[in-house]
Amino acid sequence: MGILQQEITRRTVIAGTGGLVVSFSLGRAFAQAPAPPAPPAPPASLPGSLDDDRFLDSWIRVDPDNSVTVFTGKAELGQGIRTALLQVAAEELEVDPQEIEFVTADTGRTPNEGFTAGSQSMQNSGTAIRNAAAQVRALLLAEAAKRFGVAAAELRAENKSVLAKDGRSVSYGELVSGQMLHVEAQPQSALKQPGTFRVMGKALPRVDIPAKVTGRAAYVQDLRLDGMLHARVVRPPSPAATLAELDQGAAEAMPGVVSVVRDGNFLAVVGEKEFQAVSAMRALAAAARWQERDTLPDQATLPAVLQGLEREVGTVAEAGVLSSNGKVFEATYTRPYQIHGSIGPSCAVAHMKADGTLDVWSHTQGVFPDRGAIAEMLAMPEEKVHVIHMEGSGCYGHNGADDAAADAALIASKIPGKPVRVQWMREQEHSWEPYGPAMLMKVSATLDDQGKIASWAYDLWSNTHSTRPGGAGALLAARHKAQPFQPEPAELRISPSGNGDRNANPLYTIPNKRVLWHFLPDMPLRVSALRALGGYANVFAIESTIDELALMAEADPVEFRLSHMEDPRARAVIELAAERFGWDKAQMPRNRGRGFAFARYKNLAAYLAVAMEAEVEPETGRVRVARVVSAIDSGEIVNPDGIRNQTEGGILQSISWTLYEAVAFDRTRITSTDWSSYPILRFASVPDSVEVNIIERPGEPFLGTGEAAQGPAAAAVANAIRNATGKRLYDLPFTRDRIRNAVGGA
Amino acid sequence: MSISLTVNGRPHQVDVDPATPLLYVLRDDLALNGAKYGCGLGQCGSCTVVVDGEAVLSCMVPVMLLEGREITTIEGLGTIEEPGPLQQAFIELQAAQCGYCIPGMMMSAHALLRRNARPSDAEIREALATNLCRCGTHMRILAAIRRAGELMQAASLPKADKGRAG
Repeated sequence: MGILQQEITRRTVIAGTGGLVVSFSLGRAFAQAPAPPAPPAPPASLPGSLDDDRFLDSWIRVDPDNSVTVFTGKAELGQGIRTALLQVAAEELEVDPQEIEFVTADTGRTPNEGFTAGSQSMQNSGTAIRNAAAQVRALLLAEAAKRFGVAAAELRAENKSVLAKDGRSVSYGELVSGQMLHVEAQPQSALKQPGTFRVMGKALPRVDIPAKVTGRAAYVQDLRLDGMLHARVVRPPSPAATLAELDQGAAEAMPGVVSVVRDGNFLAVVGEKEFQAVSAMRALAAAARWQERDTLPDQATLPAVLQGLEREVGTVAEAGVLSSNGKVFEATYTRPYQIHGSIGPSCAVAHMKADGTLDVWSHTQGVFPDRGAIAEMLAMPEEKVHVIHMEGSGCYGHNGADDAAADAALIASKIPGKPVRVQWMREQEHSWEPYGPAMLMKVSATLDDQGKIASWAYDLWSNTHSTRPGGAGALLAARHKAQPFQPEPAELRISPSGNGDRNANPLYTIPNKRVLWHFLPDMPLRVSALRALGGYANVFAIESTIDELALMAEADPVEFRLSHMEDPRARAVIELAAERFGWDKAQMPRNRGRGFAFARYKNLAAYLAVAMEAEVEPETGRVRVARVVSAIDSGEIVNPDGIRNQTEGGILQSISWTLYEAVAFDRTRITSTDWSSYPILRFASVPDSVEVNIIERPGEPFLGTGEAAQGPAAAAVANAIRNATGKRLYDLPFTRDRIRNAVGGA
Repeated sequence: MSISLTVNGRPHQVDVDPATPLLYVLRDDLALNGAKYGCGLGQCGSCTVVVDGEAVLSCMVPVMLLEGREITTIEGLGTIEEPGPLQQAFIELQAAQCGYCIPGMMMSAHALLRRNARPSDAEIREALATNLCRCGTHMRILAAIRRAGELMQAASLPKADKGRAG
């Protein structure tokens, strides 16, 4: 409640005071800056997310007790963003990282930065915090200059104080007053120069790890509130099932059961203790009779099903005139539905309080959009819903987090006064999280007589890759209520960063090309954002094709890529990965192969190249990637070990998707409901070594890291298997059966 | 029904249904965060604890079987202020992304390192056969366990030897 009140107060203050203090303070701080624009002019564009939340004190607060608080609308999802953003703030504020209180995504406290997604946290929030911090430092220096009667340039900021050359010093807390930081940011900041960094560019240890390895409360799963109850949802047995009959008496009579909650097809049980709720959930599930319908497609003919769902075509890229002269390579690639598969099933805690406001703790990627969706579902005003991010198990995109938050909110709304914790069961996570969409990719490419790619036709069939909230219709609980909300219709949108068409346009120099997204608005299985969106499958298809074209041109795959690549930063990662791998023309031992791949994520973010060595057992079909060497350029480095950790993880996760993973279903139900029916990478198959080489780009914009490896790693696996066996695999995942079938008789 | 348990060297009396899996007793009755619910099926290892020296999946064991046995969770390996060798190694090598699977990994490793402080890479992989990681932190987990073995050995050496080794 206090937090909500604070927010209202802050907003009221913002609305009430306007920007008078702004021009005055900043005029002093940036004596060289031009005069502020006249009121009617449109506001200048500000760096990163500052453009959306323009006041410095939305991001940084300095209090008279000399405490420093930094706010981000982005969330720690296990990617280490809390540490990297803290480093940026500490650097520009000239404060030690451990001296900063760092507040992440919270609708009552932080800026609204939408979703923590798309590897954009460093570009958006990192850039905003960096500029805000530099401007706060400048304001503090200017204030100290006034008090000391010296020029700001004579002063330096250090350890939460401003120091003069004559030994005088004054703390930040003594310098701030009133609305001093409640000013709009300026478009330009006096950023620290790379050579002077104390904290940025260093491998600061992650601030969250000590608690996680010692058993401190670190996750929303660990949140324990006074009087908290435990709930479990009984989900329908299949996506289209409706609840026909329910005898809830037996479940209600079980020990510790507080309540059975039913709202249409939404069914849940609330207990005093967690295992009591689990036991009652099982009893309730056994007592429920569901009407099921066959609404799922035939998995065996999925590519044809996808083509049949096409309703619209978007042009992603077009240049020159396509031709079929010269040597032609044609191929069709597929990617199945795949899960996020967080090790900890989704969890949330919600509390409907006596004053009619609702608190929700969630590992959502977007506290503000989630708040909107939950408010709509419960017909509550948005300002009465407060969503606070707490870490969950790894995220990897739009998983069950928002749905679990909605479950908790709906249950809490029916038993006001008691905090309610909901955690999904494993089979619920596997069956009900939104999947990464199945895709179909067709390529037809030609080589001219110089061995250069002359023509490139690429067609992909895919759903949208984002059905995030949005409206309440994005939430399972809202769809299952007696008065159900419908999902928003999906729309085809072609954008620079792409969606299903992410990375569909090859970055290579190709004079004649056409790239089309055949858009499927209907979703026979519920889908949404999985790490890299369409970039995973598109890069797999493109980079597999590039290797085949190199073979046709009798060129080395690395040289072939370089001969079609102008961008110097792309060339640099390709050359570095090849060099560190020891890429040469030497023959590999029998059943061993090497593969190479490259992509610039979204064609506008991080550059990543990767070389792999893989071993294939023809008799069993088992593939193991033995050695991986990658090179990444994600712009200016804030935490090199964070980049390494994310890149290693992206590579291994992509190897897992590529070798093992596909959602299985019959015409009615999802049948891959646990780790034995949906296997993933295990330690026995982990490589011997994974190397990440980082190219330093001091002074360049942050490009983000988290998703850069997904596509290239998949293609490098495919290319290594091709090199080892002589067989090209087109259908993901490369299961043992598929490998055996491909190499059988070879 | 009242059951006596020894967790991290401390005795506890809990009043629970004897069929309750240990995991729920640790989390719900004893408010310990280390063991995590991952699958409830014995497939992922995130609930791993050590019982009488052996790695055990706490989501699969009814609490009634554990009377009189020594249960260790990561809370028993050290604290933020005084981390034990495994915790120290995982922090030193930054062997976590989301970290949710890590306590289970550490408990599997704890059982291994008690038997064998210098395990081979193959022995470590074998000890982690039932532990799943989704973030792809595997390389760091392997390295951290090797490092923990070194730290344990160094700690068990007499001081004079440590001086020579250093």
